[in-house]
Amino acid sequence: MSKQKIVIVGNGMVGHKYIEALLASEQRNQFEIVTFSEEPRVVYDRVHLTEFFSNSDAADLAMTTLEYYESKGIQVYLGEKVIGLNTSDKSVTTDKGTELAYDKLILATGSYPFVPPIEGNDRKNCFVYRTIEDLEAIAKAAKSSRIGAVVGGGLLGLEAAKAVVDLGLEAHVVEFAPRLMSVQVDEGGGKLLRKKIENLGVGVHCSTATNRIVKGKKHLHRMEFADGEHLETDIIIFSAGIRPQDELARQSGLEIGERGGIVINNQCQTSDPDIYAIGECALWNNRIFGLVAPGYQMAKVASGHLIEQHANTGELFSFTGADMSTKLKLMGIDVASIGDAQGTMQGSQCYTYSDEPNQIYKKIVVSEDHKKLIGAVLVGDASEYGQLLQLALNGIDLPSNPENLILPANDGADTGLGVDALPDSAQICSCYDVSKGQLADAVAAGSIDLGSLKAETGAASGCGGCSALVGQVLNSELSKLGMEVNTDLCEHFPYTRHELFDLIRVEKIRTFNELLERHGTGYGCEICKPAVGSMLASHWNDYVLKDEHIGLQDTNDIFLANMQKDGTYSVVPRIPGGEITPDKLITLGEVAKEFNLYTKITGGQRVDLFGAQLHELPPIWERLVDAGFETGHAYGKSVRTVKSCVGSTWCRYGVDDSAGLAIELENRYKGLRSPHKLKFAVSGCTRECAEAQSKDVGVIATEKGWNLYVCGNGGMKPRHADLIATELDKKSLIRLIDRFLMYYVRTADRLQRTSVWLDNMEGGLDYLKQVLVKDSLEIGDELEAEMTKVLEAYECEWAATLKDKKKLKRFQHFINTREVDSDIQFVKERDQIRPATVEEKSQLIAKAS
Amino acid sequence: MNWTPVCALEDIAPNTGVCALVEGKQVAIFRIDKEERLYAIGNYDPAGKANVLSRGLIAQLGGSVNVTSPLYKHHYDLDSGVCQEDQTLKVPTYNVRQHGGMVEVAA
Ligand code: SRM
Ligand SMILES: Cc1cc2nc3c(=O)[nH]c(=O)nc-3n(C[C@H](O)[C@H](O)[C@H](O)COP(=O)(O)OP(=O)(O)OC[C@H]3O[C@@H](n4cnc5c(N)ncnc54)[C@H](O)[C@@H]3O)c2cc1C
Ligand code: SF4
Ligand code: FES
Repeated sequence: MSKQKIVIVGNGMVGHKYIEALLASEQRNQFEIVTFSEEPRVVYDRVHLTEFFSNSDAADLAMTTLEYYESKGIQVYLGEKVIGLNTSDKSVTTDKGTELAYDKLILATGSYPFVPPIEGNDRKNCFVYRTIEDLEAIAKAAKSSRIGAVVGGGLLGLEAAKAVVDLGLEAHVVEFAPRLMSVQVDEGGGKLLRKKIENLGVGVHCSTATNRIVKGKKHLHRMEFADGEHLETDIIIFSAGIRPQDELARQSGLEIGERGGIVINNQCQTSDPDIYAIGECALWNNRIFGLVAPGYQMAKVASGHLIEQHANTGELFSFTGADMSTKLKLMGIDVASIGDAQGTMQGSQCYTYSDEPNQIYKKIVVSEDHKKLIGAVLVGDASEYGQLLQLALNGIDLPSNPENLILPANDGADTGLGVDALPDSAQICSCYDVSKGQLADAVAAGSIDLGSLKAETGAASGCGGCSALVGQVLNSELSKLGMEVNTDLCEHFPYTRHELFDLIRVEKIRTFNELLERHGTGYGCEICKPAVGSMLASHWNDYVLKDEHIGLQDTNDIFLANMQKDGTYSVVPRIPGGEITPDKLITLGEVAKEFNLYTKITGGQRVDLFGAQLHELPPIWERLVDAGFETGHAYGKSVRTVKSCVGSTWCRYGVDDSAGLAIELENRYKGLRSPHKLKFAVSGCTRECAEAQSKDVGVIATEKGWNLYVCGNGGMKPRHADLIATELDKKSLIRLIDRFLMYYVRTADRLQRTSVWLDNMEGGLDYLKQVLVKDSLEIGDELEAEMTKVLEAYECEWAATLKDKKKLKRFQHFINTREVDSDIQFVKERDQIRPATVEEKSQLIAKAS
Repeated sequence: MNWTPVCALEDIAPNTGVCALVEGKQVAIFRIDKEERLYAIGNYDPAGKANVLSRGLIAQLGGSVNVTSPLYKHHYDLDSGVCQEDQTLKVPTYNVRQHGGMVEVAA
């Protein structure tokens, strides 16, 4: 049989899915595959388009590469638009003059953003939000703008508004309907959503029609509204809905829906049986599906139908509609909508739960007989989404008190409808169409952790909305198989960090070998050694370089300094609160000069001296300790810095002595070893110059006392800290911080920062508040006592090391000679040293010899 | 074999390493107390490109005993010198022994 020529117009997410399905089939060699894309690049993840703003790298969004396509023998025409379709001689032509015959044609042309016909909609800096090129243009314009307005308050409009906020602009949303996301949420949900979004500083203008856009007085544009009001802005993004891209089909006489869209049957065939349409351009049963999951299903059906025709497998493929339920996080706000969210079905009734203080709104819509769930709206907390969706999709009978499904579970009461209640056919991941049964099979076949289960089935690797549920299925299947969920620290200890911590405490274990003998196997590795070293230190605060502990430490802890790329070290003395006397500053300068060290002010309000060789560390520290400096623990998983602002002593706005408190806190907690590093800050008023809300522990002064924030961080995944107590006096503040830190030290995983610890805590912030503030576990006294004990054992590690001549012997590159490492070479840059590059080194060494 | 004494056994804290200069070569020597055994390999980390292996943590992975480079955490098998993450990388291995309380290397 000769090869069939399959031509796919459009290389979006759905077109790509179609190609993947053909490649995966046994008949793949029977097809010659050609695809055209109007866009200049191969398929990328449009669903995560907004992430382009966080990394500005189109490659991160790519879903495949040109090389991959080519290696599979697929012909790809990029930046080439198909403009002609002749259905009688079965050929297409492009804007670049390519002409090509096909056996089967697949239209996967997607949709285009609808721009309302408003006068001035074509002015400069008016954009749509659909492609990488659109985002590049928006990012460029944002550089010289202050305000951005989004026309359209639907799902995409709010996503665009988030992008405007992330670009650092003042954001506004202008919506014609009386509420935001009017398709997905009801009035109550919309009201709360609006409030939450306004709280984030976004201007929301509902029931607002834009009449025209003209030149602004202060900003580039002025949007004139029907009610006589106006808004000035520099950028406008239209996100007022999508329209199916059906131009090509229309021209060539294929059947088109009344309001657009290429009409398809259950096999995704258009009115010409040799032409299929899939994805957002297709109209099935008078409906357009603006989500990726239904598009993927169409790709599966259309490719299945083609293969079936070809190979006569007799399998039946048909598209039977798709669920449009959605769950998303918009600007950090959980929003979810399921089925008949507005409760329009005859006789339907609803239960509503609204918690104004915590800004949570939940509604479920049930059938007339109260037996089935037909819709739901969740705003502010969408944790029940997975479960509710399953109930709705599988038509499972509801429990007798359906309201329990959305009422907060007070004493952890279970609704009794866990994943076990779901049938095997239940679709768990809609993006990748993975059922519970498929997940169970994969688990049984050996995918026993989340990572491999995702890789094996694809589940949870799309929008991620199903990941909690996938995790639950995994755990439930594992226990059915009689397996335990593996949370072992590593191959040497069959315990979690938390369990080991308790063993050490209860059995008063003081060394690694003791713990290994009693509870572990083998010699240990780089995971358990430092982790246990840190736990021992949290408990007993022994000097870390004692013989029995030294083999546990990462090199940085062994040499009490941070190793740099060339094997030299950096030296970071503690400068509590960032306050330093001129004399101490002079000492730092003198030491740096004497030892020829590169000197830099760090992001943590202290000074870092780089380029010290091993043998130089003790004499450097001798000078520093003499001048009153202590180690800054920049190398340890321990308390780093307490950042401060000047506070009430000097600052005209300060309401309390933030610098004083910062110094006190830093001196109190310095030396505390913890699962990960700890950073603090204290600000003297709400202007927050010390950025306390981005720290593990943040304190802000108010007229009435200190406010305490916890679990924030910067770094790879920034998280704002949460407020846990307000208007504290200093004593209560310190007591609360003691409890917080000790509770974290006891229960967190290794290398888990406070932010991730809290995000993984069952019961979340409320639970943490209960434990710390209300002392619900009645461990407050114990935590405080433990902290006192640890803090009493504090000793500066450098001062201790300098006293021990034997320990100092280690600070030598060679154990058998005083020579130094000839491979370490520096060159000068901006009047200071830096490590030589490999080329520079070979030149330097050649010159010397 | 030409044995060079480099230091006393007690100069190497249990389960740590030191570096010795032997015939112009930088040799990383490790002492493991559980099996009272010494290992010696080159000190240069070909992945991190610096002389630092003696300062790494000792890690047992499955059956093999390794040093974890302090730079980018590559593991080098102490018996064979082969890098676990990238089999094309290998550091030299040397003979090492304890002799009358002294550590001796043949490089
Ligand atoms: C020196 C310094 C950069 C500077 O020149 O300003 C620095 C340098 C390093 N940082 Fe940092 N960080 C420095 C401030 C910060 C800050 C800003 C701050 O503290 O205000 C952050 C973000 C805030 C935060 O942590 O929440 C920061 C987030 C990180 C992270 C990411 C942590 C995270 O949870 O995502 C790492 C990686 C890690 O710890 O695993 C890191 C790791 C490192 C390491 C240890 C990387 C390494 O292993 O070599 C660098 C050590 C250099 C050295 O030898 O001293 N550094 N690092 C800053 C030292 C502050 C100090 O005085 O101690
Ligand atoms: C910002 C944003 C966020 C989104 N978030 C979500 C979400 O959270 N969940 C979700 O399910 N969906 C989301 N979507 C929708 C999702 O991206 C689409 O449903 C999906 O991309 C549709 O795929 P498609 O292949 O049908 O169309 P497209 O991805 O639009 O691909 C069509 C391609 O065909 C090309 N083309 C069109 N005509 C021609 C022609 N004549 N010749 C050659 N090429 C042509 C187009 O240039 C385009 O590259 C989001 C969309 C956007 C823009
Ligand atoms: S941001 Fe990266 S490169 Fe800069 S100091 Fe921190 S870890 Fe080093
Ligand atoms: S539902 Fe989107 S990833 Fe599973």
